[in-house]
Amino acid sequence: MKRPDLDRASIAPELRRLERRLMLKGAISLGGLAMLSGCTLDDEPAVERALARVMSLTDRAQALLFSRHRLAREFDAARITRPFPFNAYYGQEDVRTVDPAGWRLEVSGLVADRRPWSLAQFRALPQKRQITRHICVEGWSAIGCWSGVPLSVFLHHVGADLRAKYVDFHCFDDYSTSIDMATALHPQTIMVLDFDDTALPAAYGAPMKIRIPTKLGYKNPKYLAAISVTNRFPGGYWEDQGYDWFGGS
Amino acid sequence: MPRPRRTPARVIRITHWIGALSMLVMIGSGWQIYNASPILPFTFPPWLTLGGWLAGGIAWHFAAMWVLMGAGIVYGTYGVVSGHFRRDLRLRGMGAIGRDMGLALRFRLSHTPGHYNAVQRLLYTGVLIVACLTVASGLSIWKPVQLGWLCWLFGGYDLARRIHFTMMALIVGFLVVHVVLALLVPSTLFGMVFGRRPAPHDPEAVR
Repeated sequence: MKRPDLDRASIAPELRRLERRLMLKGAISLGGLAMLSGCTLDDEPAVERALARVMSLTDRAQALLFSRHRLAREFDAARITRPFPFNAYYGQEDVRTVDPAGWRLEVSGLVADRRPWSLAQFRALPQKRQITRHICVEGWSAIGCWSGVPLSVFLHHVGADLRAKYVDFHCFDDYSTSIDMATALHPQTIMVLDFDDTALPAAYGAPMKIRIPTKLGYKNPKYLAAISVTNRFPGGYWEDQGYDWFGGS
Repeated sequence: MPRPRRTPARVIRITHWIGALSMLVMIGSGWQIYNASPILPFTFPPWLTLGGWLAGGIAWHFAAMWVLMGAGIVYGTYGVVSGHFRRDLRLRGMGAIGRDMGLALRFRLSHTPGHYNAVQRLLYTGVLIVACLTVASGLSIWKPVQLGWLCWLFGGYDLARRIHFTMMALIVGFLVVHVVLALLVPSTLFGMVFGRRPAPHDPEAVR
C-alpha cells in the first residue's frame, strides 16, 4: 500500500490541536489526582503531625503579635447585637444552670490563697464594663456588653504567681479552655457577672463567664466552675480536637 | 555574545509553582472555613474543600499562608531588585492593551519567550495586587485587634471578611483565564517549568 504524501505544513494545525488536547487531558488527570489525595491527606499521621507543628509556629507568631497594651475596639450601645446569639458545643435546650447563692469558684494551682470564691465576693471587687465584638472561629461575630471583675485584679487578690505560663478554666458544662498569662493580665480580660447591665443570663454563661475580647470565642469560657494557675500546658475542649491553642484576634 | 539566560528566570519559575500550589491550598481550605459561616446564600461542595472540618481547614490555611508569604517575599524582592517588575510587568498604554486584547480574543496574539505582551502585563500586575490585598485583608480578619489599623483600613471586621472573599473570587477568576490561556499556548506552560531561551531577535528579551 502506498503511503499518502504528508506535507508538514498541512498537518501542523492538526498536530497543534492534538498537542493541546493531550496537555489538557494531562492537566485534568493531575488535578483529579490532587483532589483525590486531598480527601485522604489529613488522615495521614505524618501530614497531621506536620500541620500541628506549623500550628504551634503560628501560635508563637500570635503570642509575639500580642500586646498587653493594645485594646480591642469598644463600641456604642447602639451597636450591640440583639438578640445576642447563643453558642456552645450543644444546643440551647441543654444549657445547665446552678443556684447562684450556692455557686463557688474553685481556685487552685500556683496561688497563695486557694479558698473558693462566692458571687458576693466578686461583686465586692471593682467592676469594669465593655462593649466589644465577640468573634467566633467560624467567622461570624456579634457585639455584646459585658461587665465584671478584671481577671488581673482577681489574680492579684489570690496571690497568683504572675510568672506562671497559663491560666486554666474548667466549666460545669464540661467545657474547658486555657490562656497565656499575658492575656490573663490584659486590662480587657474580665470575669463577667453582668450581660447588658443585668445579671448574666443562663444562655450566656451564668453565673460567671470569662470575657477576652483579644481572643476568639472558644477562648471565652462560660459556666465557670474552677480556675487554676499552672505551668503545665492545660489544652482545652476545642484545642484538644485540633483548634489552635492561642486563638488570638 | 554570551548565550542568553533562560526565561522566565529560575526564581520566578520556582516561586510561581510554590505560589500556585499554596494558593490552591489557601482556596480549598478557605472554602472549608467559609462553609462554617457562609456570608452568601451558598456553601462550597465539601469535595472541593480541604481539611475535612473547620479546624482542619484552618490548619491548612495557616500552613499555606506561611509558604505563600515566603514565596511572595522572595518573588517580590527579586521582582524589584532584578528589574523584572519594571521590565516585564509595567503596564502598557490603553491602546496596546486594546490591541493585544483583540488579538488574544481572536487567538492571534503571538508569544515570544522573554517578552510580556500588554494583556499579560495587565493580568499579572492585577493578580499580584489582588493577591497582596487578599493577604492583607486575611491578616486583618485574623488579627482585628492586634492589627486593628489594618482592619480599620478595610472598613471593619465584617467588611474586611467580604473583601477577603471578593479577592479570593477575583483570584479564582484569574486562575480560570490563566489556565485556559496557558493550555491554549502549551509552550508557555513548558516555559514556566523548564524555562526557554529568549527569542534572539527580541532585544528586550536578551539581557
